Amino acid sequence: MSATGWFTLLPLFILGGASIAVMIAVAIRRSHALAVGLTLIGLALAFASLWVVAPETPRQVTALLIVDSYALFYMGLVIASTFAIVLLSHAYFERHEGNPEELYVLLLVAALGSAVLVASSNFISFFLGLEILSIALYALNAYLHTRRFPLEAGIKYLILAASSAAFLLFGMALIYAELGTMDFARIREMLTASPGASQVILLAGSALIITGFGFKLALVPFHLWTPDIYQGAPAPVAAFVATVSKGAMFALLLRYFYWSGSHHFGAVFLVFTVIAIASMVAGNILAMMQSNVKRVLAYSSIAHMGYVLVAFQAGGRLAVEAVTFYLVAYFITTIGAFGVVTMLSNSEREADEIADYRGLFWRRPVLASVFTAMLLSLAGIPVTAGFVAKFYVIDAGASSAIWLLVFVLIVSSVFGLYYYLRIVVAMYSGLHEEAAAPSSSLLPALSAGGGFVLAVLTILLVWVGVYPATLLQIIHSTVGRAL
Amino acid sequence: MILIWLIAIPLIAGVLAWFTGKWSKQAPRWISLIAASIDFVLGLVLWSRFGSEMRLAGNPRWVEQVNWSWVPQLGIRFHLALDGLSLLLLMLTFLLGIISVLASWREIQDKVGFFHLNLMWILAGISGVFLAVDLFLFYFAWELMLIPMFFLIAVWGHENRVYAAVKFFLFTQLSGLLMLISILALYVIHHHLTGVYTFEYESLLGTRLAPHTALLIMLGFFVAFAVKLPMFPLHPWLPDAHTEAPTAGSIILAGLLLKTGAYGLLRFVLPLFPHAAHRFAPVALVLAVIGILYGAVMAYGQTDLKRLVAYTSVSHLGFVLLGIFTFNSWALDGALMGMIAHGISTGALFMITGQLQERTHTREAGRLGGLWATMPRMGGAALFFAMGSMGLPGLGDFVGEFLVLIGTYEAHLLGLTIATSIGILFSTFYALRFVQAGFHGPNSNNWSVQDLVPREVVMLVPMVAILIWLGIYPQPIFNTFRSTRQKIEQYASLHVGPQQAAQSGRAATTIDTLPSPPWGRGWLAAGVFTSRREPGLRPPKVAYAPELQRRSGSCPQAGEGVAEIVQKESVKSAQSADLIPENTK
Repeated sequence: MSATGWFTLLPLFILGGASIAVMIAVAIRRSHALAVGLTLIGLALAFASLWVVAPETPRQVTALLIVDSYALFYMGLVIASTFAIVLLSHAYFERHEGNPEELYVLLLVAALGSAVLVASSNFISFFLGLEILSIALYALNAYLHTRRFPLEAGIKYLILAASSAAFLLFGMALIYAELGTMDFARIREMLTASPGASQVILLAGSALIITGFGFKLALVPFHLWTPDIYQGAPAPVAAFVATVSKGAMFALLLRYFYWSGSHHFGAVFLVFTVIAIASMVAGNILAMMQSNVKRVLAYSSIAHMGYVLVAFQAGGRLAVEAVTFYLVAYFITTIGAFGVVTMLSNSEREADEIADYRGLFWRRPVLASVFTAMLLSLAGIPVTAGFVAKFYVIDAGASSAIWLLVFVLIVSSVFGLYYYLRIVVAMYSGLHEEAAAPSSSLLPALSAGGGFVLAVLTILLVWVGVYPATLLQIIHSTVGRAL
Repeated sequence: MILIWLIAIPLIAGVLAWFTGKWSKQAPRWISLIAASIDFVLGLVLWSRFGSEMRLAGNPRWVEQVNWSWVPQLGIRFHLALDGLSLLLLMLTFLLGIISVLASWREIQDKVGFFHLNLMWILAGISGVFLAVDLFLFYFAWELMLIPMFFLIAVWGHENRVYAAVKFFLFTQLSGLLMLISILALYVIHHHLTGVYTFEYESLLGTRLAPHTALLIMLGFFVAFAVKLPMFPLHPWLPDAHTEAPTAGSIILAGLLLKTGAYGLLRFVLPLFPHAAHRFAPVALVLAVIGILYGAVMAYGQTDLKRLVAYTSVSHLGFVLLGIFTFNSWALDGALMGMIAHGISTGALFMITGQLQERTHTREAGRLGGLWATMPRMGGAALFFAMGSMGLPGLGDFVGEFLVLIGTYEAHLLGLTIATSIGILFSTFYALRFVQAGFHGPNSNNWSVQDLVPREVVMLVPMVAILIWLGIYPQPIFNTFRSTRQKIEQYASLHVGPQQAAQSGRAATTIDTLPSPPWGRGWLAAGVFTSRREPGLRPPKVAYAPELQRRSGSCPQAGEGVAEIVQKESVKSAQSADLIPENTK
């Protein structure tokens, strides 16, 4: 193993090192600001190191990891999102009881796991990354362990994630048993080289692996945990579960299925089609029935993962770029939306009932405008990133003529509009009764860090929505080149 | 650049209005009024500068354009262009923009700044729709205008506003997404054929489509436009949205938003899919006539005056749809005139009901009545616009309806012509009922309210004047529309469609080649419509598709400077100008 090989893993080392540094710092001196500061420095260094590493790519580091421009792009996405979530967590946990410092160790570890996932080229690193991520998430979900809902969320996530990991392992074992390799690229070679391999076992293995993916991405029918976790977990953690953990998983999904070529199995394609349709329809219809904003976001994230699957199903380079673009837009939007929920929550409870948002625009116009922008982006309305993303996904679908999926996407997203509009309408209602009871319990001061994150996200949202050429160019020259 | 300003001015004014709204209620109103007026004046400048060009046959398609690179990776360009059709509709947009600012002067007292932000942004979005000739940009503007409209209804509307706003949004959004699929299908097919990714309108014009595919793609566009129009049976959002919206919202909905549907049919459906449009025409025509009759009957049955006016839109836009799918010059002219006149007369009727509600706090026919005694000036105005709406000769609506009827008759659609004429008869009922319910009869509720104030008179007088002008001397409108109309006809007459490219020797259906009935000529000769002969127009013979595709083969690169692109485009458009009328010179 050459020195440059290890050198290309610099971002991972920095993330790992930062988590240790924060842990030691917490042991020496308990200070929220210090922990946050160290975490942010670590993340910023890791982000900067991506450019240091970039000239050396693509490079296979051991049999397990590959550092190519695709991996670097997604690492950048993971690190930047974690950065935003750390700032939001600071705003959130300042208002809560208990010791918030260890949270940042866990966030860094989770980011590390995600970064390993996006660089995996082998089942072993896949599973390692997944477990690093999941174990950190169990603790993160239950971080406010004296409260009922976070605890419930933590336990639920633990049980379901552990069992889905078992499915995943079994699937990997089946494929290994049949083909004798764990390397994604080798799987493709073996598939073509050994036509005698048992299709039944391979399909069973693929099905079990899809189960594992489906759980992490909260695709129907593996979605049952999502609303409870979103509702129970602290808002910034929910944002992490919704974005970083899903995004990293999707990046891996793309790599695994495109590299191993198993995407082209008729049965696998069919399964993904069914899952995508079910996710879009069920996600959107169930979201319509919620009155809790975090649960709405949970169900809508199910639907959004269904949309991304439409692009995934399209296949080819356009699909990779469309998926990536969609994920970037989804990250910006979802972190923004949870950011608003974070900003409005106080030490008593989360601001997650639609009633909390009634007339928000007349009391907190800026925050409400940001939330409106995020919701409209989720709904795919122009001038926001979500519009271009949805456009791109439909473009990918149309290019591959998967019309059924495109139509389901269109029709179900109209249902989606309905519940986003419901929240928007609530924020702008009560025009004539503005003096009446501004629920004072939900009027925290806007913290500087959180406000900064929301401002940046909103600018990004509009910028990507109005002038997507830059982002497309970046994606094209990194992600598009790699797969 | 002037086209950019047309859109940018309302956008900027909206933001300014929002900020100033915190301190003053008057500032946003004045800012919006000034912005809309500047745009209107800019429109007049454009009209006076290019008016003469537009009336000539065979001139360039666009008289003015802006063409910037936007998302080169996907072949998306920021391409705005102006021709006669867009100019006329822009003038209507800014006129009604001014009117709706004035109409909300006293009605809107809450959150004045935010209201005007929405109002101005709707105007910007609608201008974008009328100017965009890149299909992505068009869709962008198409969706963009909905959001502020949604807020306008949902925040400042009447009792049932949220329901109406959401219904409006969902209808238009679903249909818009269907159009998006169609746009992308066209884009992808065009790429398969030529290897070029482009959303450019003129490049996509010649795309060869299998008949079945063309019909499906056309339907996507058609549904989006038919919902906006609204065509029976896609109209259920309309009565609610119009009724619940604040006055300015109703004026803009009826006057402008519905027109974007008709505009889309004229600009995109007919030229892009001429064959499919012909195949589909019987259905569209029948639905148009059903819409005319249905809208009229429903309007007559309403007790809510605003709802009554709302239903008349279904009827009037039925005429427009009928005119568009009749495909001949008369009908197309009639459709355009119908669009403009309906914008003004219905806008005015909404304004009057708004003023009534402001004073009496009711729109119920049963609770009104006898108002003439207390406000004769408003009664007179209401009577005038109701007469316009029912198609009284001498007013703009009549010209539109009459031309559509001639066109339909010419196209040998006798049954439809007769049914449509019955529709006109119905319109008399609802128009008279509107006046009678509001203003005639005994003043049994003892209303005593203020008559029109000077501000309201200032709003109504120009509308009266314009409606009369359109009614007795509509020729300037037709002149401005002529060049565009001829291009639409050339596509719609199927002689330049790709399949027929080789055998396009036959005459296009124009006024001059149609055998006109003597009474029609006589009527024209009476000088009401002067100079309708167009000796310059001869049947086009065009080698069509290959040329278009060659032309579209240049998608500018990312690094290209704007100046270069504009220059290049102007050269290109100068070449493309010769495309169709080449052999007519």
